[in-house]
Amino acid sequence: MNALPTTPSKLRWTVAMVLMGFVAAWALLNSPLADPQTPKAAAFWAATLGVAMLALTGIRRLAAMDGAALYATATAALFGLWLLYFWQLLGVALDVPRVLLPTPSLVGAAFSEHFSTLETDFVQTVVRAVALGWLLGSGLGFAVGIAIDRMPFLQRGLLPLASLTSTIPLVGVAPIAVMWFGFDWPSKAAVVVLMTFFPMLVSTLAGLKATDRLERELMHSYAAGYARTLWSLRLPAALPYLFSALKVNATLALIGAIVAEFFGSPTSGLGFRISTEATRMNMGLVWAAVAVAAVTGSAVYASLVALERRAAFWHPSIRGNK
Amino acid sequence: MATTTNSTPQPWSLRLRVEGLPVLVILALTLLAWYALAVYLNAPGAIERVLDPKGPWNWRDLVEATLAMQRPVLPAPHQVALDLYSSLFDWPLDSPRNLLFHVAVTGRSTLVGFAMGTLLGLVLSVCIVHSRTLDRALLPWIVASQSVPVLAIAPIVLVILGSMGFSGVAPKAVIAMYLCFFPVTVAMVQGLRSPQVIESEMMHTYAASRWQTLWLLRLPAALPFLFPALRVGIAAGLVGAMVAELPTGAQAGLGARLLTGSYYGQTVQIWSALVMSALLGLTLTGVMAGLEAMVLGKRRQA
Repeated sequence: MNALPTTPSKLRWTVAMVLMGFVAAWALLNSPLADPQTPKAAAFWAATLGVAMLALTGIRRLAAMDGAALYATATAALFGLWLLYFWQLLGVALDVPRVLLPTPSLVGAAFSEHFSTLETDFVQTVVRAVALGWLLGSGLGFAVGIAIDRMPFLQRGLLPLASLTSTIPLVGVAPIAVMWFGFDWPSKAAVVVLMTFFPMLVSTLAGLKATDRLERELMHSYAAGYARTLWSLRLPAALPYLFSALKVNATLALIGAIVAEFFGSPTSGLGFRISTEATRMNMGLVWAAVAVAAVTGSAVYASLVALERRAAFWHPSIRGNK
Repeated sequence: MATTTNSTPQPWSLRLRVEGLPVLVILALTLLAWYALAVYLNAPGAIERVLDPKGPWNWRDLVEATLAMQRPVLPAPHQVALDLYSSLFDWPLDSPRNLLFHVAVTGRSTLVGFAMGTLLGLVLSVCIVHSRTLDRALLPWIVASQSVPVLAIAPIVLVILGSMGFSGVAPKAVIAMYLCFFPVTVAMVQGLRSPQVIESEMMHTYAASRWQTLWLLRLPAALPFLFPALRVGIAAGLVGAMVAELPTGAQAGLGARLLTGSYYGQTVQIWSALVMSALLGLTLTGVMAGLEAMVLGKRRQA
């Protein structure tokens, strides 16, 4: 499908289509057709199909728009919204057992009902274990990378081994960390430190090599010393590598902390909440805890991307995909 | 991978010295540090339980005691190696005491999940490359899905699939799949778009259909992108398969082995399961790297 040049009338039509979809969706959700008591006849399926077609047309039209970056974001947001809607509609109408798959409204209710519990869990897992472990692990990886920058022997020894650790399931050290550092958050932070250290080390070493000879010789001709070259040339050039490691590490850190909580934790923490409430079949709260973790992960990722755009705005990799 | 011969300008002895020696030195240092740490961490327990806290003993007794404890805080490397050896050779292959039995269980769910994830990733990437709507609506969610700690949804997947009558390999494979499909999708979208405009236009002048362009131009061009993603994917799949064994309280598998070890304080068992999973991870990625060399190595010569 070719991109349509965006004109005001096209835009108006697209907005109208999307709004029409919303109205139809709202009507269907509140009609007796969607009531779990009424038997699901052809009428319900026809109406659902109609709404789905409307939704699809709206998304397609929006996706075909050219111009502002806002359109792309809006398309993704609309798609997500429709997914939630159909989850809710089918969940209610077909009376899916809430143990199996709670509807979004139930998850929302569980979220507001257990807000204070989830807040404690968030502080326990994210603010303490993940944030601290992530900073410490990435910081250590970076520091070691800088420290061995002038020791090629150590670099040649460490780099292959550090790269190999990415093929090893490092989360497996979680039970050992729990034995050594106790049930509380330090053991989770320790797992996170171990998981985030190696990606950062590998990226730092790769990033410091990212300058080419011409640039380094220019610095040399300016009579810039080692420290000056590092600060003014090599570290800025390494920024994209450092940021990609930070992004990878943000995901790894959440995984590490949550898995470590499976092996024993005090009575709070997102991983603890998920595993205990799942055994009690309280799926609304489980999904709410997952949603908290998901939003945290996405928010951290998005803010790192935004930070990278500000810090390394001059870099070709960022200028390229404006 | 010693593929160089003596006739190459860089003889293998030099390569060994430049590339092998530093690695060996680091490994030796790690081993030494491990022993030192084992002595240090186990000393309090050893003094309390093995040696008489008041009685006469010297440093030699202490070191010997710390390196031969039943449930050490940190087992010495040779203890782990001995445990691995005895579990591999003293028990039949189908006994739960044999680690290879657990490797087989975890490896199967990893491979099934990896196959499903790769297939899903390939299908998704082909769809995304051919549809602007999917590119804009779906791709951002696929990227966002990975900033979700997918392992947190393991219990949910287990409940849903369990109520649908699936148990055993299927739930674990689904979680492994969730971790595998992402690198494949993203790399393949990039790879399928990698052909230059001029190459695509040439296919157009040949009146090639979409399918022919995909098969003859885009897919071959995407292969160098695919294989690194497969290596990442299979390693991630192993993590997924191991973690999926935790909330099931599974009786078999490397993850379950870690869990029972931590329940009963069997540190040596935990460490040998860890070493085994590391070996499994290395083997799986090694196989992928070998496959890559086989497929793409020919192309480089041509």
